[in-house]
Amino acid sequence: MTGSLGPLDRPNTYIGRSVSRPNAKRLLAGRGRYVTDLQLPRMLHAAFVRSPYAHASIASIDISQAASAPGVHLVATGADLAKLCKPWVGTLDHFSGMKSPPQQPLAVGKVVWAGQPIVAVVADTRAQAEDAAELVVVDFEELETVADIDAARAQGSPLINPEIGGNVSFHLKVESGSIDEAFRAAPAIVESTYLFGRHTAVTLEPRAIIADYDPSEERLTVHHATQTPYQFQDIYSRHYGLREARVRVVAPDIGGSFGMKLHVYHEDMAVVGLSIMTGRPVKFVADRMESFVSDIHARDHRVSARMAIDADGTIRGMDVNDVTAIGAFSSYPRTSVVEGNQVIRLIGAPYRFRNYRADLDVVFQNKVQTSQYRAVGHPIACAVTETLVDHAARNLGLDPFEIRRRNIITQDMYPYTSPTGYKFERLSHEACLEKLYALMDYPRLRREQAALREKGIYRGIGIALFVEITNPSPAFYGVGGARISAQDGAIVKITPSGEVHCLISVGEHGQGTETIIGQIVADQLGVDCEAVRVFTGDTDVTPHGGANWACRGAGIGGETALQAARALKRNVLAVAAAILQARSETLDMRGGQVVDAESGNARIDLAEIARIAYFRSDTLPHDVSPQLTASHHFAPKGFPFAFTNGVQACHVEVDVETGFVEIKKFWVVEDCGRIINPMLVEEQVRGGVVQGLGAAFFEECLYSDNGQLQNGSLADYLVPMAGEMPDIEIAHVETPTRDTELGAKGCGEAGTAAASAAAMNAVNDAISPLGASISQIPMTPQRLLRALGHA
Amino acid sequence: MSSRIAVAVTVNGQAISAFVEPRTSLADFLRNDLGLTGTHLGCEMGVCGACLVLLDGKAVHACLMYAVQADGQTVQTVEGLSESRAIADIQQVFHERNALQCGFCTSGMLVTAHEFLSKCQDPSRAEIRDALSGNYCRCTGYEAIVDAIAETARGRADRAGIPSQAEQAAKSDAEETPS
Repeated sequence: MTGSLGPLDRPNTYIGRSVSRPNAKRLLAGRGRYVTDLQLPRMLHAAFVRSPYAHASIASIDISQAASAPGVHLVATGADLAKLCKPWVGTLDHFSGMKSPPQQPLAVGKVVWAGQPIVAVVADTRAQAEDAAELVVVDFEELETVADIDAARAQGSPLINPEIGGNVSFHLKVESGSIDEAFRAAPAIVESTYLFGRHTAVTLEPRAIIADYDPSEERLTVHHATQTPYQFQDIYSRHYGLREARVRVVAPDIGGSFGMKLHVYHEDMAVVGLSIMTGRPVKFVADRMESFVSDIHARDHRVSARMAIDADGTIRGMDVNDVTAIGAFSSYPRTSVVEGNQVIRLIGAPYRFRNYRADLDVVFQNKVQTSQYRAVGHPIACAVTETLVDHAARNLGLDPFEIRRRNIITQDMYPYTSPTGYKFERLSHEACLEKLYALMDYPRLRREQAALREKGIYRGIGIALFVEITNPSPAFYGVGGARISAQDGAIVKITPSGEVHCLISVGEHGQGTETIIGQIVADQLGVDCEAVRVFTGDTDVTPHGGANWACRGAGIGGETALQAARALKRNVLAVAAAILQARSETLDMRGGQVVDAESGNARIDLAEIARIAYFRSDTLPHDVSPQLTASHHFAPKGFPFAFTNGVQACHVEVDVETGFVEIKKFWVVEDCGRIINPMLVEEQVRGGVVQGLGAAFFEECLYSDNGQLQNGSLADYLVPMAGEMPDIEIAHVETPTRDTELGAKGCGEAGTAAASAAAMNAVNDAISPLGASISQIPMTPQRLLRALGHA
Repeated sequence: MSSRIAVAVTVNGQAISAFVEPRTSLADFLRNDLGLTGTHLGCEMGVCGACLVLLDGKAVHACLMYAVQADGQTVQTVEGLSESRAIADIQQVFHERNALQCGFCTSGMLVTAHEFLSKCQDPSRAEIRDALSGNYCRCTGYEAIVDAIAETARGRADRAGIPSQAEQAAKSDAEETPS
C-alpha cells in the first residue's frame, strides 16, 4: 500500500474486511423481488410483433383481427406511439461529426433489423397478447440487407439511413509522435488483423419493465430492471413530456446487468406510452429469444495493427485501424461509438512508447444495435496490444515477462499522459508483473510445458497486462451533452434508536454495492454493520446520481457515502458536545457510542443522543439544533478518470487433433486502489474473467448474409459453464487514488478487460511450435483446426 | 385455450387444487398462480436451470412441463426447501462464500446442489463442476459456487464423522509410506 490515510487504517475498521452481503440471504431464500416477479393491480401485459426481415419497408399494417382478439385492450403501431413520444438521436457533441438517425419506439415506415418491434399488443395476460400478436398482418417489401462491414462502406451500397447519406456513423483519427519514422528502418515489425465477434450480455433475468401511469396525478412510476434509474427518469420525462418530479423509476432486485441494462430499448419506451394510452400498468418481460434479437450486442470489431520494435525489444510505436459495426443506428443516450473510441485510446496503454496512430471507422449495418457492455473496448485494445507484444517477443527470442518489463511505464514516470491523452495518476505494472510471476510459479510452468511438448502435449501460457478506466468524471458523457450524472448523492441519518439509514444513488445488482456502502458508513460512524441499512434504486427516495456504469460504485459512490457519513458524524458530535459540555473535537464515535477521542472511554450512547434530539430537544441549549440527517454529493474533480491496472495469466492445453482447449488455470493480479471488501473484489474479478473467457472461446452472435441471427437461443449460443471454467487465483496490489479520501477505484470490469487477451496468448503459445497462430475470437475448435492447417 | 383442467398437486407440503389452462407451464403456475416467485425463468427451454424444482424429490425444469402434468405429485420449490430448512446449511455456506451475485440462478443452483449432495457425499471439485452442467450463472464465474458445495459436503461429513476422500487418501499414504 502506498501512503497512509489515517482513520481508514485504524484497528477494527470495516474497510478492507470480507463482510458477507446482508441482502444475499433474501435472494438465497427465494425472496428476491425482481421486476419479473411484480404483479400490480389491473396490470396488463405487452407483446410485440417483430420484423422477420433485416431491412424492409412496411407497405401496410392490419391490426383489425388482433384488436378484437380475446383479452386485448390495445394494439398500437409506430404511428400511434410517435404521437406521444419525442424521437431520440444517439449522438453526443464531443464525438465530432458523428451521425445517427432519429429513433421511435416502434418502426415507422421501414424496419432496419430482424427483430425490430413494429406493433405492440396489450392484453390481460402475456399469452393473450402473444396470441393476438400473431393475428397482426404486416405487408413488407424487402430491401437489400447490409450485413458486412466492407459492403456497408462500398460505393453504391444500399443506405440504411438515407437521411444521413452514408453508412458511416463516425470517424476518428488519433496521432501522436512520428509514426512513419518509428516504422522506418525498424529492426522488427509485427502485424496482424484481428476479428472480434459480436456477443451479448445474456443476463439470466431478461429485460423487464412495468410502466404505471396514473392520469389523475399525471404521475408515471416505472419498475425497471436497470442500472441507471435516474437516467431513465430524465429520459421518460423528456420524451413523454412529463414533469420530472412526477416520474419515478424504481430498480428493485436485478438479475444481472453488465452494462446491458442502461441503454434505451424500443420496447421499454413503447411500454411507457402503452401505459399512458391505457391508464393502467403495463408489463413487458423479454423472453430469451427476444433478448437475443433486441438486447444490445457488443464488440464486432476488425482491427489491423502493427508494432515496430527495436532489437532489444523496445516498442517504437503502433499503427492501428479499427472498423466496428454498430447496427442500424447509434444507441441512446450513450451512443455506440464509445467502444471504438476506447479501443483506439487504450491500445498500448501499459507501455511507454510515444509514437502512435489510430483510425476508427464506425459503420451501420442491418443488425441489432451494439453498445456498451462490461469492459467497453478494453478486451479489444488489450488483445491487440498484448498479442503483438507476445508476437514481438517470440520473434526476438525474449520471454513474455521480459519484453513487458522492458516496456512498461515505471514508477518514476507518474503522473503520465499516454499518447492518446489518458492521464494516469499512478499505476503499478512492475509490482503486478512480479507478483504474478511468483503467484503462478512461472519457471515451473515453463519447465512442465517443455517436458510435455516432448510427449506431444501442447500447453500454452499467456499473460496480458491491462489498464482499466474507472471513476469517470463529466469528461465521459456530460461534456458531450448527455444528461448522465458523473456525481452521486447520499443521505445518511440516525434513526431515533441510534441506528443508521443510508440512501444512495449507486445501485445494487449483485456486485455488493449495498454491502460496501454499509461498511463505509458503519466504519465512519463507528457503529456495527448490522446497524446500518442501505437503500438504493428509487428516484423518489434516493438522491440523483449516475448510479452504476464504468466502474464507479465503489470509487465515486463510496467516497460519497464516506463524506456524507463524516458530515453526519460532525453533526452528531456537535449535539454530543452540547450534552456533555465538551468540545466536539475531543470526541469520537466508536462501538455505537460517543467516546473520548483520546482515551476511548464511553461518554454517551448514540441511541441516547438520538432520543434526546428527536424527543427531548427541549433539554438542549437554545442554540443547539440537532441535524441527525446529512447529505453529500460528490463528483470526481481531479484526474478525469481513475485508471486501474493489473495483469492476468491463462494456462491452457490445446488438443491439436480436435481443436478443443482445456483452460487449466487462470491468475489475476489486480490493483483497484483501496479495497473495501476483498471477497467482493475477487468475486467481481472472477465473474469478469469468465465473461472474458466466454468471448475468447464460446460466445458469438452468428448472422447469415441476409442479417438473420442464426443462434439466438440459449441452446445455440454458448455461454461458459461450470465444467469448462478454471479455478481463478487472485492477488492484489493496492495503489489508492489520492483524488479521494477513500482511495478506491473500480474493479467490476478488470476481469473481462484482459481475459480474452491472456487466453489468445496462451493458445498461440501452445500452437506456435506447429507454426500456427490465431487472431480471431471466439477461438472455436473449428477455427483452431483451420489455424493448425487441418481444415 | 380457455377450457381449464383440474389439477391437484402438493406444493411445499400444502395440498393445492386448481383449474389451469392446459398450456400453463408448471413454472408459470408456481409463479403466477401460487406466488412462488423464487422459481425463475431464464430461457424457457430447459437449458439454464433457473427454474429447477423438485418433483417427487427429483430435480426437473418447471419451464419444460405443464402444470397439469404435475397432477397427483409433490413439488418442492426454493421457498419450501428454505422453510423446511432442508437446504439451510447450503444456503449458509453460499452466503458466507458469496456464491451468488444477482441471485437469479441461485434457486436452481440450490436445487441442483441439494439433489447432488444427497447422492454424492464426498465430491471432488470436478464432480461438482460436472453436476452444475445444467445451471448457468453469468455473474460468479462458478468458482464460489463450487467452493460452497464442496464446503457444505465437508461440513455434512464432519458432522456425521465421515472422513473425506482426501483425508482417507492421506491416511493410506501415511500407512503405506515407510518411515
